[in-house]
This record gives sequence, structure tokens and C-alpha cells, in this order.
Amino acid sequence: MNVGLPHFLTVGAILFALGLFAVMSRRNAVGILMGVELMLNASNINFVAFSRYVEHAVDGQIMAAFVIVLAAAEAAVALAIVLAMYRNFGTANADVAQRLKR
Amino acid sequence: MTGDLIFILLALLTLVPAVWVVLSRNLVHAGFGLLFTLFGAAGLYAYMGADFIAVTQLMVYIGGVLVLVLFTVMMTHVPRSRQNHGLDRYVPAAVFALLVFGVLYKTITAVPWHGAAGPAEPTVAKIGVGIMTDYIFPFEYVSLVLLAAMIGAALLTRESRPTGGEEDAPAEETSSDQEVTS
Repeated sequence: MNVGLPHFLTVGAILFALGLFAVMSRRNAVGILMGVELMLNASNINFVAFSRYVEHAVDGQIMAAFVIVLAAAEAAVALAIVLAMYRNFGTANADVAQRLKR
Repeated sequence: MTGDLIFILLALLTLVPAVWVVLSRNLVHAGFGLLFTLFGAAGLYAYMGADFIAVTQLMVYIGGVLVLVLFTVMMTHVPRSRQNHGLDRYVPAAVFALLVFGVLYKTITAVPWHGAAGPAEPTVAKIGVGIMTDYIFPFEYVSLVLLAAMIGAALLTRESRPTGGEEDAPAEETSSDQEVTS
């Protein structure tokens, strides 16, 4: 076996499918967020793999850095929303919460 | 060849705990599975010669996002009896996820990739130059997004009662500080 681009893309595809499964099957909002993190990591693996094997430059890696930044911001806001939801509804179940205010 | 072996180990380190993240009924266990998955992804970045991304992954994801996620899991803990697992959703979710994976895998195998690995050299200087020249506007926008996220998270966790609600803001601040300096 010679490790090349398709191997990394396959790892990314598996990770993306697992994250999608988590987003669709989890009821807890934090579990959904974990699925989103898995999907963002899958996209990052693809970005870095293409930057290494196709592009031979660092533009893909810069994009991956932006993805990491936005994932951090998204996680902060989403977890703040989950905390507010837990305070108002007493649960972190995404099905129960349809409003942010009581 | 040892390179292949390292890749296989890193891929397993990424994917096996990811299954655990998806299927574990205890969200704390899922969070620790996420730790190993993110660590394996950082290893994959390092394997591909993306040293800056690997280190950023370690600092921002494992040091910031994962700590936030675990804090939130522990703060919004619900007793096991009230925690339902969504078993009725497993089948449609699995079908859809497998469908998406099938399309992705079909694409990966159908396209004749002819890329060879470029030379593995340090990328930090190139990324710094790229961020300060070609990507200066996205970089500034991202700093605005981080500021907005910081203010938004602090606003959302603020509450009228005097107790509690302050836990999220400091941890969030550190994670964005790391990113602004990097």
C-alpha cells in the first residue's frame, strides 16, 4: 500500500458520515455539536490532504486554520445557547427546546 | 513500510473513537472519545506535513473546544432515566449517513487522482505570509467573528439571578485569545 490522497479522503468521508449520523440521531444538543465537530474535522482533513497532494501550496492549510477558528467560535456560541436552554427548560434535549425564552 | 503503518494507526486512532463518540450513551464518554479523535486528526495533519495546523488543532480543539464541550456536558447533566437515546432515529440516520458516504466514496474512487506528495517542509512562515497578504481580509473578518462570538457567548450565559452563569465566558475567552495570537 502506498499512502496517497484517496486514503486521506476516505478517512475524511468516514468521519463525515459518522458526524452526520451523530447530528441526525442524537437528541442531546451537545451530542449534536460533537457530530458537527466531527464533520468539520473531516472537512479539515480534506483541505489539508488536497493542499499536500494536489496544490503543493499552503492555501488549503490557511483555509483549514479558518475552519478551526470558526469551529471554536461556533462551539462557544452554541454551548452558551445550550447553557441558556438548560437554565430555561431544565434539559439539553434539542427536541424540547423550540424557544430561547420562556 | 513504517509510513503506511503509522498512517493506519493514525486513521484507526481517528475513526475508532469517532464511532464511540457517535454511539456512546454517556455523553462524557463521547467527549473523551472526541479527545482521541481530535488527537488522531492532529496526527494525520502532522503526517501530511501540516505542522501549523496540527499544533493549532491541539491548542484550539483539544485545549479549548473540547474543554468547553466537557464542561457543558457536565453542567447540563440529566439523570439517565430522563435521557432518551433516539433509538427510533438510528435507522433513518444510518441510511442517510451511509448514502452520503457511498456518494463520497464513489467520487473518491472514480476520480483518477494523480497528485504526488509535495516536499514536506515547515509551513508556518508560508501560512503567516499568506495570512498577511492574500488572506488579510478573511483574517480581519475572522477576528470580527471571534469578537462577536465572545460578546454573544457572554450575553447568552448572563442571567438575571446573581448565582452561576459565569462559567462559560472565561474559557471561551481563552480559546479565542489563542486563535487571535496564532
